[in-house]
Amino acid sequence: MSESGVRVVVTGLGVVAPNGLGAEAYWAATRKGTSGIGRISRFVPDRYPARLAGEIDGFTAEEHLPGRLLPQTDRMTQLALVAADWAFRDAAVRPSELPEFEMGVITASSSGGFEFGQRELQALWSKGGRYVSAYQSFAWFYAVNSGQISIRNGMRGPSGVVVSDQAGGLDAVAQARRQIRKGTRLVMSGAVDASICPWGWVAQMASNRLSTTHDPERAYLPFDGSAHGHVPGEGGALLVLEELEQARARSADQIYGEIAGYGATLDPRPGSGRPPGLRKAVELALADAGTLPRDIDVVFADGAAILELDRIEAEAINGVFGERTVPVTVPKTMTGRLYSGAAPLDLAAAFLAMRDGVIPPSIGITPSPGHALDLVVGHERTAPVRSALVIARGHGGFNSATVVRAVE
Amino acid sequence: MSGPHARRVVITGIGVTAPGGVGVKNFWSLLSDGRTATRRISFFDASPFRSQIAAEVDFDAELLGLGAQEIRRMDRAAQFAVVTAREAVEDSGLDLHSLDPHRTGVTIGSAVGATMGLDQEYRTVSDSGRLDLVDHEYAVPHLYNYLVPSSFAAEVAWAVGAEGPTTVVSTGCTSGLDAVGYATELIREGSADVMVAGAADAPISPITVACFDAIKATTPRNDDPEHASRPFDGTRNGFVLGEGSAVFVLEELSSARRRGAHVYAEVAGYATRSNAFHMTGLRPDGREMAEAIRIALDEARLGPEAVDYVNAHGSGTKQNDRHETAAFKRSLGEHAYGVPVSSIKSMVGHSLGAIGSIEIAASALAMEHGVVPPTANLHTADPECDLDYVPLTARDWRTDVVLSVGSGFGGFQSAMVLARPDRRDA
Repeated sequence: MSESGVRVVVTGLGVVAPNGLGAEAYWAATRKGTSGIGRISRFVPDRYPARLAGEIDGFTAEEHLPGRLLPQTDRMTQLALVAADWAFRDAAVRPSELPEFEMGVITASSSGGFEFGQRELQALWSKGGRYVSAYQSFAWFYAVNSGQISIRNGMRGPSGVVVSDQAGGLDAVAQARRQIRKGTRLVMSGAVDASICPWGWVAQMASNRLSTTHDPERAYLPFDGSAHGHVPGEGGALLVLEELEQARARSADQIYGEIAGYGATLDPRPGSGRPPGLRKAVELALADAGTLPRDIDVVFADGAAILELDRIEAEAINGVFGERTVPVTVPKTMTGRLYSGAAPLDLAAAFLAMRDGVIPPSIGITPSPGHALDLVVGHERTAPVRSALVIARGHGGFNSATVVRAVE
Repeated sequence: MSGPHARRVVITGIGVTAPGGVGVKNFWSLLSDGRTATRRISFFDASPFRSQIAAEVDFDAELLGLGAQEIRRMDRAAQFAVVTAREAVEDSGLDLHSLDPHRTGVTIGSAVGATMGLDQEYRTVSDSGRLDLVDHEYAVPHLYNYLVPSSFAAEVAWAVGAEGPTTVVSTGCTSGLDAVGYATELIREGSADVMVAGAADAPISPITVACFDAIKATTPRNDDPEHASRPFDGTRNGFVLGEGSAVFVLEELSSARRRGAHVYAEVAGYATRSNAFHMTGLRPDGREMAEAIRIALDEARLGPEAVDYVNAHGSGTKQNDRHETAAFKRSLGEHAYGVPVSSIKSMVGHSLGAIGSIEIAASALAMEHGVVPPTANLHTADPECDLDYVPLTARDWRTDVVLSVGSGFGGFQSAMVLARPDRRDA
């Protein structure tokens, strides 16, 4: 079989989201339209214009991880290690029973262990170099989640880390698919990001894309006429990817679906006068999947909630599908934007939507008629879902799109 | 992807910004002369630190063609990447603007992103660490580009007019190899026709120096900066931090031949493996690096004896050089004892994520010139490092096939095989 004929499927989900810990808790909350967005509790945000975030509540790392790992890991790594454990459990895979060189870990990151970094920068500048932790050299860097997950689970196959802002989560999963097509048996892929600390907050605010509304229900309104920025969140999802026949051969408990197509572009340099690249990325993903637009049952949109970016995304969707012909949803309205973690979480939602035959809602928004989208708003919609398109965009013009498809 | 009909990927343009001088010419002259570019840190007062040495680049962004606005919004590493990418594209002779921009992509490796910018800006917004709740009023508008270093890849893409698949690859100290490996796969599978790929890091900042001090990874040989980086030497006691960038133009072999491009080397094989052992520690047996080497050679369809030169990771830490030597013996067998092995980190230091690409450049140039760069500062034998490390002076040596390897925090072990394309035409 040619490499492009190798079908790569998802057999396990590990979710850590602001509106639910664990895939089923997240999914139940998301179907009901329960939001995890609220006032920041991790520090006192009063001095900042933006004060809302999608924080994960009720996560106690000590309950899940050995004590020795705690001082050497940032919160995002603790969340990622647990999400990986849950994804393995969901897939009913024990990594210790698989050949070590045939398992890899490919994650995306946006800002690394930023909270850890703030603490060590503070030690450096307020007390001196000798007070910087021996763990700083690896606890904050972008590769830490892939490294720690590989160590915890004895995975010695091809691993990797990509950074392409919020589009990175899809780029990582595409790279995982590439490695499975080249012969790696299993790859843990996706992303978990978290940088809700004052230093991370100030850096995020510098993007000028954060909502400064203090009402959690009116803060993040993609495709709404009053869109005015987003609410950041923390968390994401890790997925177990395997080759279809291998998954069948081991009688995997469930095959959520296939990573069927992927495409990526970068917008042209600002001011170049050339058109944005999102539509092209979507077209590439559909072509790669060998899927026609009419076969897509739902679009999980990026939902930047910046008027101009929403317009570009709506135009790309309408350009490919035609106006109001495909249901579009943004469950991120319940979690905030999770940076690298956002798109893998949307992939998880898409697979669960396939399983249950429902499209999860976007909450809080009054769709702007100008966008001419069929947005699923307020309540979930019952509908067979056999193929879904997930769109993710990153600051700087990164556009990625992935098509997922049910496996008969 | 290694099948007979797979698209083959070659390097047709090289750019280098390294300690000792900007540009490929200066870089190669440093390496072939066996000169070192390590010195006392000049960027800040390093006297409170254990290790006070680095290999710094004398870099004048304005002189190298960056505009005032670009200089303001880009971290030093991003500036390196843009300047270096421009050199690579110019060297390739490719007119990227005449191609479909969606078929040209960018992959930039970086281990620590905008560390220098973040360190400086943190100091400002925190009032030198006095504020827990750092002050957003003092934040620069481009702070977000420092937070998420994919901005580096976007900057390079904008500079060269690429709109295809673009990303930063960040696997610690193997980033520079992995970024080129990633880009190679995109061309092979047909997602792009041309990739501008390489790596950049500019980590010489108090926070980096402090964190390597904390684990004694860098050398404290402060009284002799020029001879401080001593890979494979019996007296080695840590690496010397460096900075820089190397970027390549990668394209498909037949289209490179069609346009009569100069081909430096084919990226014939690449693999990465993880030791799943420790974030910073290495087991002495070199098992996972050996596995990466074996797979990379398999992909290249070359046997160990075909390797003419090994460009080592050779960081100059006790554990790395021992680990790596074991990996060469394990993967190359008897041939490990006959093939020249050298570490350019002895001359340009260890620029973390960038060095893998800088070492690919050194490897391609070794093929180009028929000269193997030396391991500088290698005087004292170490019984655990008993291979031919090309001490002190460069060697005239016909080189058709090079193995370049990297090893890094997180446990990543990567290997790349570069070959003259006609070596594999049969």
